[in-house]
Amino acid sequence: MSEKKDWPLWEIFIRSRAGLNHKHVGSLHAADEDMAIENARDVYTRRNEGISIWVVESKHIKASNPEDEDSLFEPADNKIYRHPTFYNLPDEIKHM
Amino acid sequence: MSSEASMLEKFDEKIRKEIKIEPRDWMPDKYRKTLIRQISQHAHSEIVGMLPEGVWITRAPSMRRKVALLAKVQDEAGHGLYLYSAAETLGTTRGEMIDDLHTGKAKYSSIFNYPAITWADIGAIGWLVDGAAIMNQVMLCRTSYGPYARAMVRICKEESFHQRQGYEIMLTLAKGSEEQKAMAQDALNRWWWPSLMMFGPPDAESKHTAQSMAWKIKRKTNDELRQQFVNATVPQAKLIDLTIPDPDLVWNEERNSYDFGEIDWEEFWNVVKGNGPCNKERLEARQNAAKNGEWVRDAAIAFAEKQSQRKSNKEQVA
Repeated sequence: MSEKKDWPLWEIFIRSRAGLNHKHVGSLHAADEDMAIENARDVYTRRNEGISIWVVESKHIKASNPEDEDSLFEPADNKIYRHPTFYNLPDEIKHM
Repeated sequence: MSSEASMLEKFDEKIRKEIKIEPRDWMPDKYRKTLIRQISQHAHSEIVGMLPEGVWITRAPSMRRKVALLAKVQDEAGHGLYLYSAAETLGTTRGEMIDDLHTGKAKYSSIFNYPAITWADIGAIGWLVDGAAIMNQVMLCRTSYGPYARAMVRICKEESFHQRQGYEIMLTLAKGSEEQKAMAQDALNRWWWPSLMMFGPPDAESKHTAQSMAWKIKRKTNDELRQQFVNATVPQAKLIDLTIPDPDLVWNEERNSYDFGEIDWEEFWNVVKGNGPCNKERLEARQNAAKNGEWVRDAAIAFAEKQSQRKSNKEQVA
């Protein structure tokens, strides 16, 4: 292996067409952000998969801990009043 | 804190319920190691697999064939990168994986240790080698590790053209002159058995299969996939009037499958151990690529560091 550092890892996000969110598609190595975009173009958009690319160096992403899954997401489970089906409407109202 | 036993229970339950395992989830150490070994080996195969075909890009018989082959080889580089990235989510590094390839510690698919000596070999590789790889990869789209499964979905979408371009080359040669047809048959003769070996040793002798099936890393065994490949490929050969080089090949009504002859496993293990026709050449090509490209990688890092230094200096002045 080279004495010097490996190229850093970048996370790649692609907007597949106008009107849609950028979506995570994978990662790759590049020396800097410009090279990350060029490499992402070659690696992840060889068949018109995208019209826009975001690159973020992987070390800048803070992810939630899977072990905190319950404390983070479970509270939303038991709040059915946040959903429209919780509320009773007269039959005459078809759409609301 | 939660004990290892309860973590394992949670992990097993996810596997049972077909919930994908994701990078930061707890997983048994052996599951992690098995995946790193398998995914990196798969990535190496994509990269080394560029070598036998790469030499034919400049010698393709027409522009149509040339652009197709170029695109296929470029896809293989991409597929290698998807897979290396998937393996990196398990805590290994690109450098470690490449080092393991170059020191011979990590393997790649033995099929790429055979040479592509005629243009028909490019047809046979696409049709048979990619055909066999696709059987395996379609199954892996349902593998239990999320990043691996996602890489496979992407790869399978791109790979179907590879097999078609190979079959089209074989079809064209088979319909051509006597010499062209003979060339196609010769390529089939040489690539058939190594293609069947691609699925790995028989289930009874495969040391990883049982555990990998239990963890749903693999969803079908080596022998199941091999049979599936034979069943799909034999009619394709008949259609273009080429003969599969196996005198024991016969349709078995009862099994609703083709019976086929004994595979020469001695040859398989001999090639795995490094004694195939091109093992040395392939490894040297990869080692040289890494060595000769080192100054480019180092220069790119130095340039990036200098640029970012300049940028921060400017910000300080401002």
